[in-house]
Amino acid sequence: MSSFDVIFLGGGPAGYVGAIRCAQLGLNVGVVEREGLGGTCVLWGCIPAKALLEAASLAEKMKKAPAFGVTPGEVKLDYGVAMKRSRDVSAQNSKGVEFLFKKNKITWIKGTGKLTGKNTVSVKSADGKEEKHDAKKAVVICTGSRVKGLPQAGLEANKKTVITSDEALILDKAPKTMAIVGAGAVGSEFADVFAAFGSQVSLIEVMPNILPVEDIDSSKEVERAFKKRKIDVLTGAKISNVKVGKDSVSMSVESGGAKADLKVDVVLVAAGRAPNIEDIGLKELNVAMTDRGFIKINEKMQTNVAGVYAIGDVAGPPMLAHKGEREGIIAAETIAGHKAQVLDYTNIPGATYCHPEVASVGLTEQQCKDKKLDYKVGKFPFMASGRARTSGETEGFVKIIRGAKYGEILGAHIVGAHATEMIHELVIARTNEYTVEEVELAVHAHPTLSEAVSEAALDSLGRVLQA
Amino acid sequence: MATKISMEALSPTMEEGRLVKWLKNEGDAVKSGEPLAEVETDKAIMELVARGDGILRKRVVAEGEARPVGALVGVIAGKDEDISAILASGGGSGPALASTASAGTPLAAGAARTPPASDAALRAAPPAAPVATQPAAAPAGGRMRSSPLARRMASESGLDINGVQGSGPGGRIIKRDVEAAAAGGARPNLGLGSRVLGLGSDQEFTDLPLTQIRKTIARRLAESIGPIPTFYLTAEFDLTRVVEMRTAMLEMGDEFKVSINDILLKAVATALSQHPEVNAHWLGDKIRLFNTVHLGMAVATDDGLIVPVIFNAEQKGLREISAESKALAKLARERKLKPEQYTGSTFSVSNLGMMQIDQFTAIINPPEVAILAVGAATDVPVLIDGEFKPRKHLRLTMSCDHRAVDGAVGARFLVTLRRLVENPLMLVY
Repeated sequence: MSSFDVIFLGGGPAGYVGAIRCAQLGLNVGVVEREGLGGTCVLWGCIPAKALLEAASLAEKMKKAPAFGVTPGEVKLDYGVAMKRSRDVSAQNSKGVEFLFKKNKITWIKGTGKLTGKNTVSVKSADGKEEKHDAKKAVVICTGSRVKGLPQAGLEANKKTVITSDEALILDKAPKTMAIVGAGAVGSEFADVFAAFGSQVSLIEVMPNILPVEDIDSSKEVERAFKKRKIDVLTGAKISNVKVGKDSVSMSVESGGAKADLKVDVVLVAAGRAPNIEDIGLKELNVAMTDRGFIKINEKMQTNVAGVYAIGDVAGPPMLAHKGEREGIIAAETIAGHKAQVLDYTNIPGATYCHPEVASVGLTEQQCKDKKLDYKVGKFPFMASGRARTSGETEGFVKIIRGAKYGEILGAHIVGAHATEMIHELVIARTNEYTVEEVELAVHAHPTLSEAVSEAALDSLGRVLQA
Repeated sequence: MATKISMEALSPTMEEGRLVKWLKNEGDAVKSGEPLAEVETDKAIMELVARGDGILRKRVVAEGEARPVGALVGVIAGKDEDISAILASGGGSGPALASTASAGTPLAAGAARTPPASDAALRAAPPAAPVATQPAAAPAGGRMRSSPLARRMASESGLDINGVQGSGPGGRIIKRDVEAAAAGGARPNLGLGSRVLGLGSDQEFTDLPLTQIRKTIARRLAESIGPIPTFYLTAEFDLTRVVEMRTAMLEMGDEFKVSINDILLKAVATALSQHPEVNAHWLGDKIRLFNTVHLGMAVATDDGLIVPVIFNAEQKGLREISAESKALAKLARERKLKPEQYTGSTFSVSNLGMMQIDQFTAIINPPEVAILAVGAATDVPVLIDGEFKPRKHLRLTMSCDHRAVDGAVGARFLVTLRRLVENPLMLVY
């Protein structure tokens, strides 16, 4: 039995960042984690997926290379090799977190944790031993989420023909044919990866557009790019007659008024994640939940039980690593007795790493319409960007939606190469309440892709120069 | 000919206004009566309207800046007219202002209410000072931390950002602070309604130039007792016939129900029409006698006292006065009065009779020159033909501004009022 100031239940991005911040503030911290440090993000999500997407990007670039005067020899694609590299990258990152724990004198309590009181945590290690630990100041629940699958559609994951992203990340080779159900960020990214590695991919989405939370212009731009790459995009789709066989899965898909039968080697279910709230002692402590099954928290990350905090996916959407990290910092500062700056949930950027990339912050144009806001749109296509032409990456655009009256940046949407990097200029602008005029007044280096941001700001003011 | 746009007194107590937003650009053609700009007064955001036709040649005051009443805000002139002399002379009086009295707009009525704001006062004042107050957006010491969006929202909604409490990092003023301040500050953009007060036309009042003796009385008495040298006249009226009349009307049916106060208001209006010398405004260099009665009636609300106005009261019957006073009192208590409904009165009545106050003195509502304070009607024994008989009596006290109204003048008005109240049949004469 050891005693800590704070115990984090989970070593993902929310938990490990919160733990580091606690340690910086002089608290004695323990983190309960049964797997590797870094959580879904480092081990089964962001990091390995991006490593694979980079491989996919390279494969696509090879096709264009001859036009740049670089003609490679025979290009061979091997998903297994790409997968192994992505596992290595994950492992390195996880080691990196371990290093950070040592540096900050944070204790990794290996095992599965459970709250047994509002300041005691019982941890069961792999060998079955159970030990109790004290948390004098606070327990922070950051157990994350897991893929839920779609059993209601007959798509119960079997790890062979019906898989989730967890299995997709460790496949030895790309299947010949693949159906991806769910065209959110995860589904769209895997469609991108497997299409690049030679799979015939059908991307199936129940909503009218892929990337349904993004602005419709972004969704349409990616859909166009996917179709060019022969990805079969089926939106507004209804799946029926699912038959899961030993080596294949068949189903009927109704989309756009047509009904077709589809037989694929593998179905990747990329829809639905569920928070990990079971068997961690929440019920026994009467921790309040939201009606959507997440732990209910206030803006200081506190639950209804004094001394019990919740952060990250388990505390509600958006289920994004960077949202969890920020919540970890707020929890840590609150526990340490500091006044944390409240998180503005409307200013959390979204990033999808398919090609072209999609990034956004704030409202979509449809949301502006629904809220009956008086707005103006500025848009600048990368086709008109000198820098984009030099690299041959002219797909996409920057779209800025501004309030008609004050020039407030209501929403910003970027589709294109490096969109996920470029969005931060607009995240800073929104976070600090700059208007489009401040964005435009900042001198943007030439030639860069970021010039498109200032041109889009200008366009929203009716003063676009280069298009 | 060029017309100056001056900062006008858009509320009864306004001393300076902040130009929130120009509604016209330089070079725009404007017509008399058209809104030119939004101005924030001490109470609300109001429209400043053009006093002449022409082209808006120059915006002298920038958005967000404040100017004292009377200062030059802009110039309306012909397309090629030379306006350099006007710009050089700064704000204040001029031909444009001279015309405001006859412009016949609600603004003129509002302006006439407050002496320092009236055109007359301006002309009397030393050459108007174009010295503007510094815009509050530039505080003397230290930079106010605020987001660009917050600054923009504050400046466009006419909010002084220096008065806003910041809630962002390090106390930075951000959007939600400005929104909260704007909501909490309750600054309805009232604008001006379409009601024409009819105060402007030349026939409705007569300006009396001050005689030397009047000037001396004004100066000497003001030195003696406050800026408004007030004296009080108290009289006790026999209200028996008013009560009889009200009872008789009630017997005709509920639709004829009027209050004693309604009958008193009617009597006051009728008496005032015969005594314009108390139905008047003191304007510093002259006394303005009104030929029509805009009767202010003091109403107590949760927020405090407010005086809505029954316009042209002397032309209205008891039924109209009764209905209007009821409606205005209700609006006042619900805080729904529009500025044009509580500005422009020529005489006011305050009644605390319902509070069982026997007698009190009311304070004059400048630039009016008198106010009537009405107490409670009480039963008193009166010796009539050697026998004590119960009569209803009422004590009234008139506060008079001695600069305009001498004791005898006030007393004569009360004589007329007594005849009307004690013989209410005279009201139909």
